[in-house]
Amino acid sequence: MASFLKLRWISKSFSTLSSTPLRICVVGSGPAGFYTAEKLLKAHGSVDVDIIDRLPTPFGLVRSGVAPDHPETKIVINQFSRVAQNERCSFIGNVSVGSSITLPELREMYNGVVLAYGAESDRSLGIPGEELADIYAAREFVWWYNGHPDCRNLAPDLKSSDTAVILGQGNVALDVARILLRPTAELARTDIASHALAALEESTIRKVYLVGRRGPVQAACTAKELREILGIKDLVIHIKQADLVTTPADEIEMKNNRIRRRVYELLSKAVTAGHASVPGQRELHFVFFHKPDRFLESDDRSGRLGSVRLEKTTLKGDESMKQVAVGTGVYKDISCGLALKSIGYKSVAIDGLPFDNYKGIVPNLGGRVLANASLGDMQYETGLYVCGWLKRGPTGIIATNLYCAEETIACVSEDINKGVLSSKSVKPGRKGMLELLDSRNTRVVPFDAWEKIDLEEKRLGNLKNKPREKLATREELLKIAGK
Amino acid sequence: MFISRFYRQGAHTIKNLVKAPALNPRTSYSPVVYNQSIGALKHEFFSSTTAKQDSEDGNEENEKINVTFVDKEGDETLIKVPIGMSMLEAAHENDIDLEGACEGSLACSTCHVIVMDMEQYNKLPDPSDEENDMLDLAFGLTETSRLGCQIIAKSELEGLRLAIPAATRNFAVDGFKPKPH
Ligand SMILES: Cc1cc2nc3c(=O)[nH]c(=O)nc-3n(C[C@H](O)[C@H](O)[C@H](O)COP(=O)(O)OP(=O)(O)OC[C@H]3O[C@@H](n4cnc5c(N)ncnc54)[C@H](O)[C@@H]3O)c2cc1C
Ligand SMILES: NC(=O)c1ccc[n+]([C@@H]2O[C@H](COP(=O)([O-])OP(=O)(O)OC[C@H]3O[C@@H](n4cnc5c(N)ncnc54)[C@H](OP(=O)(O)O)[C@@H]3O)[C@@H](O)[C@H]2O)c1
Ligand code: FES
Repeated sequence: MASFLKLRWISKSFSTLSSTPLRICVVGSGPAGFYTAEKLLKAHGSVDVDIIDRLPTPFGLVRSGVAPDHPETKIVINQFSRVAQNERCSFIGNVSVGSSITLPELREMYNGVVLAYGAESDRSLGIPGEELADIYAAREFVWWYNGHPDCRNLAPDLKSSDTAVILGQGNVALDVARILLRPTAELARTDIASHALAALEESTIRKVYLVGRRGPVQAACTAKELREILGIKDLVIHIKQADLVTTPADEIEMKNNRIRRRVYELLSKAVTAGHASVPGQRELHFVFFHKPDRFLESDDRSGRLGSVRLEKTTLKGDESMKQVAVGTGVYKDISCGLALKSIGYKSVAIDGLPFDNYKGIVPNLGGRVLANASLGDMQYETGLYVCGWLKRGPTGIIATNLYCAEETIACVSEDINKGVLSSKSVKPGRKGMLELLDSRNTRVVPFDAWEKIDLEEKRLGNLKNKPREKLATREELLKIAGK
Repeated sequence: MFISRFYRQGAHTIKNLVKAPALNPRTSYSPVVYNQSIGALKHEFFSSTTAKQDSEDGNEENEKINVTFVDKEGDETLIKVPIGMSMLEAAHENDIDLEGACEGSLACSTCHVIVMDMEQYNKLPDPSDEENDMLDLAFGLTETSRLGCQIIAKSELEGLRLAIPAATRNFAVDGFKPKPH
């Protein structure tokens, strides 16, 4: 402790007017949380940052979202780990804001709180049959194959049918399609959760339909992910030539957007002349201009999914507006045994926090939380900020959160420099929080305990020729953390 | 037809369209960076000669090129980069603030740099499909944008000038639409 204080004493602060140390808490240890902490530590030599997370493990969707066959994308964990090892920064896992500790309590203990707890729920379609078994949000399926403790027991049935329908054509949809279609021998060399690998090895799913309510020009995925799925070994791609016909509005859209143009280009190249179906062959069907209408129950398996009814759409609106899909009253059914809704994530509100239920985000201006979601009210919540998916909504890649963090930190810095965050007495910060959590019997997982988990997962992975074998229950994680 | 026209133009010829400032009108690369740096450029040619004379080993000098990084604030740093080294590695060896989330594995786009001179840009090998896929997602993409981890030092690139794009408040990429103010 003594050396800790000394360090703080000698470290210069160019931007802090007040001499009392400032304590900032970041909620959520995904890319938004870590980039926020990194920028904050860099900008202010006398600010301490604690990053808390509801899981015993850090890194948010980099661990539980990014696909197991994308190890390069996860390299950013090295950078985040260096942030967590900074002496002015602490990671404190297994602390859930809203249950282990309330937001008002946190705000009382810290000079400032930056919320970066992501988007852990889902947009819903709001169509009949959504409650049937065998229908999941893509988020749940992703958490399942990535070993997130909340979906350890999801156990999707991959053996009752040869067909899965994925609703949505964003990158998440492509990720889950690829996991369903990729040869399991290739997946076995990744950090995919072993329960998921075992289920996929027994999977009978051979056909995957990727359903988009708009056309190939509007497909929400990006070229990298598309190129990858189109390149899967022995996978037959089905795209209807007729769907590739573009309108003047489409052409303008492509002219103005490099991503859309390159995605369309890849899709057009993937069209091949009529395929004769070979039994057992894996197939990926891109279905454009169809929106989900309802889920239908199976005839012979009560309460289970039998098929998805889609309504043909047509696009309305010109190039100056977003072209939207409208139904045409023409329907078709696709029989399937699994449906994954990949139509977007959604953030969850917590007590004591202004929340815009319509947009599913915390109302904010550049990262400063607005006291009221209603228009025209520009009252800020002092010392409360937001970053990442919780601030912007559930879109954007890891790097987007870097720029997002810069914007939020500019607000925090301005407030620090104006003295808005200074308090007369030193805030209890980490010490106070840990005491409170201790009194509630909450076991926290600091970064060195995570490092034990990390080592153990790598050790277990090594035995199976995998980079890591994820521990997928809280009990296992906490057991290793406590060793 | 539009598709075939695009095929013909492609990324290869785009680099010849010197005039248009940005590929994506929503991004906010500012040409101010260019203007600011012209004066500084002259200055640097002088100082780099001094640097050369200072070095003891002439041979080793031949195997390095001068590269200038212009950071988000417009400040310049001149570094020597050994032939064969990537600009990302070189930046990091010299404490230049260039992000590199995936450490050069072509999976993040955070190492985005803007080649400040079209002639120099044209000396670079064309970006691969994979680099273009990542450039799609880069912030503030311009005609002469590249990924720092994919630019490898070679003697023709002597005097290369790279701008690190300023972070903007405009996350206009990958579906995000800026809110109207
Ligand atoms: C399936 C999927 C795959 C993706 N793949 C890629 C990819 O390959 N490349 C790429 O660049 N981007 C990818 N992305 C996008 C990228 O993951 C996101 O942009 C990024 O993770 C968002 O960062 P965040 O910090 O806002 O949220 P998150 O990463 O979700 O982090 C939120 C954190 O908050 C914690 N938390 C939640 N609630 C609480 C609470 N109440 N108290 C305390 N902590 C809490 C969570 O446990 C989590 O750790 C992917 C996204 C998804 C969904
Ligand atoms: N490798 C990577 O870089 C990677 C991997 C995974 C995720 N990510 C990123 O993470 C973010 C989230 O991805 P995401 O796939 O969840 O979201 P997304 O990109 O926003 O895609 C959502 C998809 O759902 C569709 N949709 C939305 N509402 C619908 C409805 N009511 N009915 C039918 N379809 C509907 C959308 O179609 P419309 O366009 O018609 O609305 C779109 O196809 C994205 O920014 C993505 O790029 C990146
Ligand atoms: S460092 Fe990630 S793409 Fe260059």
